[in-house]
Amino acid sequence: MQSVNPEGRLATLKNDEMEPNNASSPGMTSAEQPIQPGQPVGQPNAVQSPALAMMKIVTKNIEAYFGRTRALRNVSLDIPPNRVVAIIGPSGCGKSTYLRCLNRMHEVAGGTMTGSIQLDGEPVLDLDPVILRRRVGMVFQKANPFPTMSIYENVAAGLRLNGMRNKRRTAEIVEQSLQRAALWDEVKDSLGKSGMSLSGGQQQRLCIARTLAVDPEVILMDEPASALDPISTAKIEELIYSLKDSYTIVIVTHNMQQAARVSDFTAFFYVGELIEYDLTKNIFTTPAKKQTEDYITGRFG
Amino acid sequence: MYYWRKVKNFSMISLAVLSGIAVIVPLVMVFYYTIAQGIGSVNWDFFTQMPKPVGETGGGMANAIVGTGILLGLGSLFGLPISIFSGIYLAEFGNNMFGKTLRFLTDVLSGIPSIVIGVVAFVLVVLPMKHFSALAGGVALGLLMIPTVTRTTEEMIRLVPHSYREAALALGVPQWKTTLRVILPSAMKGITTGVLLGLARAAGETAPLLFTALGNRFWSTSVTQPIASLTVFIYDYARAPFEDWNRQAWAAAFVLISLIFILNLIFRVVTRSKYAER
Repeated sequence: MQSVNPEGRLATLKNDEMEPNNASSPGMTSAEQPIQPGQPVGQPNAVQSPALAMMKIVTKNIEAYFGRTRALRNVSLDIPPNRVVAIIGPSGCGKSTYLRCLNRMHEVAGGTMTGSIQLDGEPVLDLDPVILRRRVGMVFQKANPFPTMSIYENVAAGLRLNGMRNKRRTAEIVEQSLQRAALWDEVKDSLGKSGMSLSGGQQQRLCIARTLAVDPEVILMDEPASALDPISTAKIEELIYSLKDSYTIVIVTHNMQQAARVSDFTAFFYVGELIEYDLTKNIFTTPAKKQTEDYITGRFG
Repeated sequence: MYYWRKVKNFSMISLAVLSGIAVIVPLVMVFYYTIAQGIGSVNWDFFTQMPKPVGETGGGMANAIVGTGILLGLGSLFGLPISIFSGIYLAEFGNNMFGKTLRFLTDVLSGIPSIVIGVVAFVLVVLPMKHFSALAGGVALGLLMIPTVTRTTEEMIRLVPHSYREAALALGVPQWKTTLRVILPSAMKGITTGVLLGLARAAGETAPLLFTALGNRFWSTSVTQPIASLTVFIYDYARAPFEDWNRQAWAAAFVLISLIFILNLIFRVVTRSKYAER
């Protein structure tokens, strides 16, 4: 517990309040009693710890289904604010499904879920999905700029389609968003060109700018760099690191080095279950579970 | 060893190429005949003059050209909104029993002979109004367009990658706006093709117009009165015993084909994407 703060990253917050639970082990804990998220290990009764209220997103006992197939079983995980949480695990382990539950895009793909998700204490399932998604933005694996829109229109899309009429304000937000996404200098002279005319890495940063423009609180990233070359990947990673002062970021990645580089916390999923959730440093140096260790050392997955 | 395989390969390819040629030949013949016969008969009078009484030569089909335009306009007015909206419905929400039934019935409708559609329009519009009218013709043509346009719209919307829809929804854009402002523009090119196919089919129909719009030898733009059309004109003039009328039928056929071609061109230009496709 005391080794939480090697780089002073958590300096503003009390260590034992911020450290997520040392994971719900299916064999041990969840079978006997549901794990209380945000609850420091060794204090099983401190359910209403202040940490819970400080968490940006609190998920409890999430079970997600596609038809009758269960994609997630009993996942409880807390996302602290202004941090990057990485979700790793082999293909088909439910990482993307978990991510898509958080902004209810899971429903769009025809899935169903049970359990509770709270965003700043508000139950997400009671929120209107449209309102929720303006607060919880998403960046997809494959860059998907709107093909019928210019670069400018792509970034402005979220604003315009949600009823923004003020042209000057729109222009300001577009510029800010492109700058935050580290794309402004590359596209400022060609804002009228098609979004599809950019390179893959630029398109992905355009999509990030588009997400930033609606000013979400949380950004979900579903393997945002998996289709990109190393240089573009490095740019996206830098970007993620620079965004966390203003946003809470949850990133799904196949790339363990990437998780180690960009994230503060890492969750390891395996066949629909959360195996371990801890500081990224701990996961990659001293994982508590054998499965985690096997995965990060490349013995399976 | 592989000689036999090569023979089989060659004969299959030859068969395919020959079939292709067999398909093109009648098409080329139709075009060639219409253009060769029609172009000599088309003159300025054809577009500006009214039909002359029996026995007099010359004259034109100004009323039929305008009439075909009005009929197509009315047909689009009745047919297109219904078709495009039901296409959207089928693509976005059509994965249920109602959608499946609708899809099946639309396919059945596309197989119904056009003359039967004409009878339906006759019963629906002509009988209550007690006389033939452009309106009745428009209803018939609108009904004819529905299956083609509906199914093309559905297919084209389904072809829009799911990722665009997800991108818009993830921005907090409501579903209806996603469909209207993101999905529809992406599918516009394909939908236009569908609309054109529907229009072209409607423009070429004679049977359903015979007892709805009837035809008219005089100038009329009233939707409640019988109206002339190029196809009915061709039908009347091509079987007439006068050489001058036969000549004018060819001219009408040529004009009809040209109209569809020009319509096609205009639509392409108007709906052209701002951004070159990659």
